[in-house]
Amino acid sequence: MEKYRIDPNKGMEFGLYTLGDHIPNPLTGDRISSQQRIGEMIELAKLAEEAGIDIFSVGESHQEYFTTQAHSVVLSAIAQATEKIKITSSSTIISTLDPVRVYEDFATIDLISGGRTEIIAGRASRVGNFDLLGYNLRDYEALYEEKFDLLLTLNEKEVVNWDGQFRAPLKNARVLPRPLNGSLPIWRAVGGPPASAIKAGYAGVPMFLATLGGPASSFKRSIDAYRQAAESNGYDPSELPIATAGFFYTAETTQQAQQEVYPHVNQGMQLINGRGYPKQHFAQGADTRDVMNIGSPQQIIEKILYQHELFGHQRYIAQMDFGGVPFDQLKKNIELIGTEILPAVKKYTAKD
Amino acid sequence: MKVVGLSGSNVGSKTRTAMDYTMKAAEEKYPDAEFTLIDLAEYDMQFSDGRDYRDYKGDTKYAAETIMKADAIIIGTPIFQASIPATLKNIFDLLPVDAFRDKVVSMFVTAGSPKHYLIAEQQLKPILGYMKATIVQTYVFIEEQDFYRKEIINDDVFFRIDSLVEDTFMLMETYTSIREAKEAQYDF
Repeated sequence: MEKYRIDPNKGMEFGLYTLGDHIPNPLTGDRISSQQRIGEMIELAKLAEEAGIDIFSVGESHQEYFTTQAHSVVLSAIAQATEKIKITSSSTIISTLDPVRVYEDFATIDLISGGRTEIIAGRASRVGNFDLLGYNLRDYEALYEEKFDLLLTLNEKEVVNWDGQFRAPLKNARVLPRPLNGSLPIWRAVGGPPASAIKAGYAGVPMFLATLGGPASSFKRSIDAYRQAAESNGYDPSELPIATAGFFYTAETTQQAQQEVYPHVNQGMQLINGRGYPKQHFAQGADTRDVMNIGSPQQIIEKILYQHELFGHQRYIAQMDFGGVPFDQLKKNIELIGTEILPAVKKYTAKD
Repeated sequence: MKVVGLSGSNVGSKTRTAMDYTMKAAEEKYPDAEFTLIDLAEYDMQFSDGRDYRDYKGDTKYAAETIMKADAIIIGTPIFQASIPATLKNIFDLLPVDAFRDKVVSMFVTAGSPKHYLIAEQQLKPILGYMKATIVQTYVFIEEQDFYRKEIINDDVFFRIDSLVEDTFMLMETYTSIREAKEAQYDF
């Protein structure tokens, strides 16, 4: 765990992530400018740090309704604006980027941030980036595997000899600058059925698991499969951190939380996924057994602790700004996280 | 209400002939609804490769998005080699797993042999159910002998298609009002 800068004795880490979506507020129909949206993300990271939240992360997407295509640039601004919060990407679409450039960028952000930076590398659920950046969708799997491997190699060695299918060979190439403490924590982004988790386990790298909705117990299968795969390939699962990521929203009561956030989640899903969030499923989301963390602070504490008991994960990372949620409401969420949720989660998950 | 007539074959005339009559009957009876005919014979469709349906291009994107926007879909399909045609299966493969949630789907079948009667029951309905469709259980089965030179010649077929159209609208209207009443009960 130390290699990944995680100390389980201090309790489960709690983070925030944004996909960088840029969606009109469904209640007013208004959409803030890209400039304001990016400014508010940076501001949100500062507020998160003040509230004691452990991590802030920004994702890369190349579709309409997004504004963090250059997510590493936004992360760099966050690195400069903050002092102690960890900074990561959720996720970096390594498949259609050059791992050398990604490593240079993130090593630089790590230096700016004073050693607080990580990479979470994924392969995109939407595929507009393939056309835009000049890749063939037929190579979806192969691109991800090859580039992810190269990224890991660059992290382990300063001088690299490498050749592969999708990038010019590297001959005694020095990839600089180096991160502050020699290497960066690099996570593998995982979604969908356990097959993807199994690949992360075989690779022996930390897993960042997306859990959008449904019973927590069904995600337990991916987590078990990940640990088994890691063990069967000679890795010690107790040394490999797991993070879960999913919808979050809190207000004084569960009813108020649902009322405030449903229009945003529904519209966000409509625009990003092509179909809204069924009310029936959303209503079930309030149940303690459902993985979606939307409710009163007390309900969310119960849910997070239930998930922690089930998964034994080291980090939970919350998405609460999806679908054009106004900034004032995000501030209120951070306040409730800092004053009620975080202290309880830390208290019950810390080992000492 | 948006209704899509989906003619599932890229060859032959019987399914299209029956679809033309179906759409005409529906438009006459329900002039306020918005009708779109998608005849797969007229489109240049890509095979599904698993991407999000909005990431396809051209006709494929148009067909997928039009179906996703529909409130009801009336499928017309021939039977090839004791199953639905590949062109129709490809449409299902292009769409998300829950594509037909809150949509009503009804169907008619044109076939060269009465032996194919249960194929819609055993092969088409399970796909629609998996994709969360609200299915009009009774379908219309039309045989070769019901057509002559691109026209339907069996009066019973007209009556059965008229009933199919009515059943489709009845289920769509009923289901929509029940769902809206149910959704209004949630306090968010």
